[in-house]
Amino acid sequence: MIPLDDTVMQALLVAAVVLPLLGALAALLPAPPGLRGRGPEQAVLRHGVTVTGVVFALTVLLAVGFDHDRPGTMQAESDLSWIPALGVRLHFGTDGVSLPLLVLTALLTFLCALYSYARMPQGPSPKAFVALLLLLECGTLATFAVLDLMLFFLAFETVLVPMYFLIARWGGEGRGPAAWKFVLYTLLGSVVMLLGLLVVGLNAGTFDMVRLAEAHGAGLSHTTQLIAALAIGVGLAVKAPMWPLHSWLPDAHTAAPTVGSVLLAGVLLKMGTYGFVRILLPAVPDGAHTFAPYLAAFAVTGIIYGSLACLALARKGAKGDLKRLIAYSSVGHMGFVLLGIATLTHTGVNGALYANLAHGLITGLLFFLVGALKDRTGTSDLDTLAGTTGGALYGRAPRLGGLLAFGAVASLGLPGLAGFWGELLALLGAYHPAAGLSRPAFSVFLALGALGTLLTAAYLLLVVRRVCMGDPAETRPERLATVPDMRPYEFAAWTPLVVLTVVAGLWPGALLGLMDPAVQSLLPGVTR
Amino acid sequence: MTALTAPQGAHHLAEGAAQRVDLAKGADLVQSIDWAAIAPPTIAAVAALVVLVADLFLAERHKGLLGGLTAAALALAGLALVPLIGDDRATFCLTAGTRACSYVADPFTLTVQFLVLGGAFVTALLSMAPVRQERLPAGEFWFLLLASASGAALLPASRDLATLVVALEVASLPAFALVGLRRGERLSSEAALKFFLSSVAATAVMLLGVSFVYATTGSMHLSTVAQALPGVDSRLHTLAATGVALTLVGFAFKTAAAPFHFWVPDTYVGAPVPVAAYLSVIGKAAGFSGLILVTVRAFPSYADAWGPALAVLAALTMSVGNLGALRQRTDRAHSAVRLLAWSSVGQAGYLLVPIAAAGYTEEPDRAVGATLAYALMYAVVNLGAFAVVAALQRPGSPGRLDDYRGLVRTHPLAAAALAFFLLCLAGLPPGIVGLFAKVTVFQSAVDAGLGWLAVVMALNVVIALVYYLTWTALLFRPATGRQPAAPALPRLSASLTATVALTGVLALAASGAPQLVLRFAGTALF
Repeated sequence: MIPLDDTVMQALLVAAVVLPLLGALAALLPAPPGLRGRGPEQAVLRHGVTVTGVVFALTVLLAVGFDHDRPGTMQAESDLSWIPALGVRLHFGTDGVSLPLLVLTALLTFLCALYSYARMPQGPSPKAFVALLLLLECGTLATFAVLDLMLFFLAFETVLVPMYFLIARWGGEGRGPAAWKFVLYTLLGSVVMLLGLLVVGLNAGTFDMVRLAEAHGAGLSHTTQLIAALAIGVGLAVKAPMWPLHSWLPDAHTAAPTVGSVLLAGVLLKMGTYGFVRILLPAVPDGAHTFAPYLAAFAVTGIIYGSLACLALARKGAKGDLKRLIAYSSVGHMGFVLLGIATLTHTGVNGALYANLAHGLITGLLFFLVGALKDRTGTSDLDTLAGTTGGALYGRAPRLGGLLAFGAVASLGLPGLAGFWGELLALLGAYHPAAGLSRPAFSVFLALGALGTLLTAAYLLLVVRRVCMGDPAETRPERLATVPDMRPYEFAAWTPLVVLTVVAGLWPGALLGLMDPAVQSLLPGVTR
Repeated sequence: MTALTAPQGAHHLAEGAAQRVDLAKGADLVQSIDWAAIAPPTIAAVAALVVLVADLFLAERHKGLLGGLTAAALALAGLALVPLIGDDRATFCLTAGTRACSYVADPFTLTVQFLVLGGAFVTALLSMAPVRQERLPAGEFWFLLLASASGAALLPASRDLATLVVALEVASLPAFALVGLRRGERLSSEAALKFFLSSVAATAVMLLGVSFVYATTGSMHLSTVAQALPGVDSRLHTLAATGVALTLVGFAFKTAAAPFHFWVPDTYVGAPVPVAAYLSVIGKAAGFSGLILVTVRAFPSYADAWGPALAVLAALTMSVGNLGALRQRTDRAHSAVRLLAWSSVGQAGYLLVPIAAAGYTEEPDRAVGATLAYALMYAVVNLGAFAVVAALQRPGSPGRLDDYRGLVRTHPLAAAALAFFLLCLAGLPPGIVGLFAKVTVFQSAVDAGLGWLAVVMALNVVIALVYYLTWTALLFRPATGRQPAAPALPRLSASLTATVALTGVLALAASGAPQLVLRFAGTALF
């Protein structure tokens, strides 16, 4: 840790949010002389790599300069008046909850830019692609960095436009309806959320998240809290996504280009769960308490539903799409995150945040891998890939196959890898839910959640069995006959994710030490 | 007392000051006039006459000058507002008794005048190309525009019922002619007739109401009426209440509030596009400022009656407007303008919300600020949207929404601007100013305890999202092979491009710093 000046920290955070926006505008302009590169396409893709790289460096610097002795307090705070008429302020800051998410976002976007530099998805001009990617990064980073409800909403919405176009323009089959569905769901969700935010803000007299968290629901009547928690919760649950509001997700993931899927799963879904922890739990605690059992019930349903759907897709002859399968597995994983949040305990929320990050790393990696597989073979259909004996990636492309197996076991929560701790802590939280929550009900949720981990293991191992193993000598259709192994740019884009998955699995203390104090300050008066 | 509080610096006032000394000596009956205060509407009116006369002496090929002259006059009238900022002036005051004034230049007046003159200026820019292309009679067109603008600018300053009615008529009578100006076009003259008949009915009703109010209170001045109404003789109570109700109905008509909105879609479609833009913004602004004046300034004692009535009217108006817009099919002729017409009815509903809220709060002056803030936002983005529509409309083209499919390919900047304006109207980021203007209106309803109205408004915003987004999405859709989208459009004319750019820059600036517009919300304007 290097002690950095407060002003420097402020500048770092604001720059990390604003730079992608400026970069997006710059991407639309013609390249200046000296930066033309080999052609306009290469120049703009390189511009994307440069900007996301710088942003990633800024967030790393921010993490380095972050005072790790007091992660529970807001740091790098800048607070400017923006719209005095409504009391909306340009309030930025980060603490132990948002810092890891900021770094994860910047990292994943950088890796995506790197990946696209080598392998631009099929579609119209790369200029717009890079601009949209950077706009997406700006929106997501802003979501995690802002401390004002109205700004949160703006950042939340900013993400919609670029994601829509990424799916609708550079996506695969069925992209038009999928993109439209994505926009409709999340838009309606966020309009409902806006109403909830307004109810909180107008009744509490402030839109400031820090002050709302400090007040901890004081000054908000029980009814107000119920309405607000319901509205905000529904809006965030669409994004998270929570069963039964998840149905936009499989379509969007399946249709999106690789980079879009990675960012959708790795970053965008986190915005929903982050909102629960940052806004819903601290600002309307009574409302959150009332709805917690329902949230937990939906979360557990999501876990079971997601894994059953995956099992169905993984069966032989089911014509299951691998991308769709991973999308459904996301529904299950986010179920664990929501279950952890619904326990309203430090353990559970820490687990939720941990599972959140782990899902970002692992599912990001899995979507990269499946995207690469689809690039090589032209299909992500499991039956086609598996042939009669199995895909035999171990034999034909050992590194790719090995990495896919690694991603799968990490995703099923193998101890020693990142996925394990979050789910364990979430389930632990359900064993001892917060005071006032029904212990028997949460015990049932715990049991169902544990069953969910078993089902998850079942379908992921089935996928590994069908794709990685098999007879390499089997005669296959022409496109599937040869599968080239990992290429250098893939190696560069995926190694960081693998390393972080292992590190987060072996050394959970590093992250938990950062998150726990912040969670404690967001949930005062809770003992566990 | 003469209420002339003008700074002594303005040298053209020297005469007035001398006159005032005379008045102080004795001749009490003659009112003094603060020329600086009344300059904005006066400049527009004088320019109207100049244009009318100049038209007679200009050769056909020089008629284009009249447009420039109009724009310059409107800009000058707008600039005349600058010296008035910061001090409350009043003129045309009674020299005895209550000393009530008929013309007041307070922050409310200046804001609405700025909106009206600015809007008229943009309309003038917008009209230059269509006047030429559609062969509208130039002299008449510019005269009517200036005359109507001067009436609309006079309206917010009026503080007596007679001036109010006169100003409203000066604003709307030329508008009928503007609507019907397209010679030999059936739709145009039918629209003008529809507009005229409904508007005249409204005026008649309003005049009847005004006369009742005058009969019961013995005064035309808003402040005197406000004081006298609570103490009206109990036998005249019904008459006073009827008068209040009829006056409000008249204004509701002018603002195109449901159920008095039926003339809007046909009128907008029949009128030249810039005139439709003018009606949707300046016409509405005039109606709303009149409504604010009579409710908040003249009839505060009837707040428990007009508050709920306006709340219901607001809910009805926004629902009818948005549902009407939702029903528009994209392949119907004129569906673009028709959609904007219905959307303007819906927007009028939002504008009514803070006025209704004013009936419930202790501080009505502050509540109506939200209407002004919203109106300013709406004026900029709606004019912008109309500007793009006007820029892309070719004589003889059907003006369907489907014609905008794939606009981003042929005119990327126009498409981006139109998308931005539509998102502002919808209240979605990146149209930040639209979002926060809606939040302000929403807040006024919540603060006034009108929870149900807030819910209705929220539902309407969601309904409106559908059609605004449908249009926005069309802009970015790839053109289908069946219809060659916007077949080889000629270059956009300079004045239309300038209009789109001007409104676009304004909307962008207001989105970056919404306080520019929202500062009017929550401040006492009178």
